[in-house]
Amino acid sequence: MPDKSLESDSDRRAENHSEGRAETLLEAKSLSVSRGELQLFADRSFTITKGELVQLHGDNGSGKTTLLRALCTLMPLDEGELYWRGEQLPAARDSYFSEMAFAGHADGLKTGLTPVENLKWCLIDTPPDEDACYQTLAQTGLAGKEDLPCRVLSAGQRRRVVLARLLISKAVLWILDEPLTALDVSGRELVASLIEAHIEQGGSVIYSTHQPLPLSSRSADQTLMLPG
Amino acid sequence: MFRWFHKLASTRNFYRLAEILAPWLAILCAILLGVGLFQGLFVAPTDYEQGESYRIIFVHVPSAWLSLFIYMTMAFCSLLVIVWKMKLADIVAEVSAPVGASFTFLALATGSLWGKPMWGTWWEWDARLTSELILLFIYIGYMALRASIDNPATRARASAILALVGVVNIPIIKFSVDWWNTLHQPASIMKFDKPSIHPTMLQPLLLCALGFTVFYFVVMLLNTRSLILERESKSSWVQERAAEGRL
Amino acid sequence: MLDSFSTLIKRDLTLSLRRSSEWLNPLVFFVIVVTLFPLGVGPDGQLLSEIAPGVIWVAALLATLLALDGLFRDDYSDGSLEQLLLSPHPLPLLVLAKTTAHWLVSGLPLVILSPLLALLMQLPLQALPALLLSLVLGTLSLSLIGSIGAALTVGLKRGSVLLALLVLPLFIPVLIFGSGCVAAAASGFETSAQLSLLAGLFFLALALAPWAASAALRISVEA
Repeated sequence: MPDKSLESDSDRRAENHSEGRAETLLEAKSLSVSRGELQLFADRSFTITKGELVQLHGDNGSGKTTLLRALCTLMPLDEGELYWRGEQLPAARDSYFSEMAFAGHADGLKTGLTPVENLKWCLIDTPPDEDACYQTLAQTGLAGKEDLPCRVLSAGQRRRVVLARLLISKAVLWILDEPLTALDVSGRELVASLIEAHIEQGGSVIYSTHQPLPLSSRSADQTLMLPG
Repeated sequence: MFRWFHKLASTRNFYRLAEILAPWLAILCAILLGVGLFQGLFVAPTDYEQGESYRIIFVHVPSAWLSLFIYMTMAFCSLLVIVWKMKLADIVAEVSAPVGASFTFLALATGSLWGKPMWGTWWEWDARLTSELILLFIYIGYMALRASIDNPATRARASAILALVGVVNIPIIKFSVDWWNTLHQPASIMKFDKPSIHPTMLQPLLLCALGFTVFYFVVMLLNTRSLILERESKSSWVQERAAEGRL
Repeated sequence: MLDSFSTLIKRDLTLSLRRSSEWLNPLVFFVIVVTLFPLGVGPDGQLLSEIAPGVIWVAALLATLLALDGLFRDDYSDGSLEQLLLSPHPLPLLVLAKTTAHWLVSGLPLVILSPLLALLMQLPLQALPALLLSLVLGTLSLSLIGSIGAALTVGLKRGSVLLALLVLPLFIPVLIFGSGCVAAAASGFETSAQLSLLAGLFFLALALAPWAASAALRISVEA
């Protein structure tokens, strides 16, 4: 449902970016999240619009991972609300999950399966066919490794399988926690170019990183600082 | 009604309420148990079949009643945790579990003591005692789960799910154990149930049951108060009261 | 929607078949536990055939418990559980798929192997159909009920002992009706009552357990 009617005009005006009209995808209203007794952030509000690149900045332990997991509804909110295309989460979970992809610290790959099987059987809306899996894996630099069990792949190569899963998911919003981890120079450039291409095609990305993302044609549209 | 409920659900208000209620309930409990136990142990007539040993029912039956009542309270609180994420309900469930387990243990111990003169063994696989034993295992599992989760919010909801799963299972377990028992036991063995109870026995029994229940409420209120203080030690109202020396 | 169900079953079965120790070990455990009994109580055929229904059932229950620990643990540690929770398909359905796949590699082999153990335990042949049927219905229920416990303990260190504490009391009705069914058949009685009670337990578990396990999984992933 990419062309769902938008919310109020004020929302539309508030987040106007390069294009004349930006569609609000994810909206966070005064989020408060804590880990155990420790409150990580309180009263954070922001929106992610279509075609926007959002960087999350903060030191170790400042709650970047927690915030990203909270945006995925994997963490409970102490207070505040999340809206996906104007509908409140987690009620609108189903439509959210079919348009959102998350890559966290853990790869989420089965090491006993090959990269192709991992893609083929990842539980997205419409399972991809095998040709698409091979093509996507070639795109992320894994040609020739498609049918090896993931167990024998290096950490960096597994991250590339994760990138392929992002691509094949056809998600609009990518939520990436430290996407550069374990990747070499060419891997980091690959991440940057995939993100740029995704933004070009009207997708949105929110990511956290400690290393600068080697973007060539643009910089982040929005930077969220933690703690803040 | 709902507003009243909502007000009570705030830990601060409950703390106040418990502060007022606990001493009165403690007095009530002492009166009920004093009268009930006196009547039960000294006034009620001797049973012509079981002699004096039957008098243990004035402890056994109320304990058995409370072992179930407290579990039901925990299950109700768990529902409030799942549906409304009510912190107070989680605290009540947490402090109730050890009390419930203790009463379950007391019911088992008194049942076993009673069994010795009745059946000649310390342990008889009687349907009620067996169900009570399984209930004790369920309590222990609940407390073990609570003890092994550090994050309070996670602990509250995970243990609430377990308590609710347990409450669905308890009648099934009860039914299956009764079924198993009738299958394996000769009918001649005397059961704890079917009490042909004389009114002079019934009155102290009811008083004791009520007294034990009030006792549970007193313990629950006191422990809830201290757990509220522990959980909310950083909140302003606790700090204020601590500064004034009124905790 | 059913696609996702079968996809997940296919994935889990492929994984299990590639790592045979995962499902073979509980099976060997089942056989060893049953063999311990004649060694413990003596080889008296009369006694063995009398305790056979209970022994086989308790062993099957413990073997199921042993296998249950792995139901969500790998998925939790490698992050696929997160991906499962973020899939657009209904989570209870996916949990049901995982439980089904798990039963196919842990419960079903137990059922298939049970006639051999019945032989070792001198169980009368006439009780064999009841043994097979009760084990099918019973181990299905055990897997379903156990999935709740596995979901609650998946994020915890040393969760496997805790899992046993949580689910063993809940397994008791299945044990009672299951072994009761086999015992009745061994003495030549009608078993339809026990079997329908087992079926009732199975349908109740089928209706409730996937929901409870889904809720428990969401909670376990938060920590």
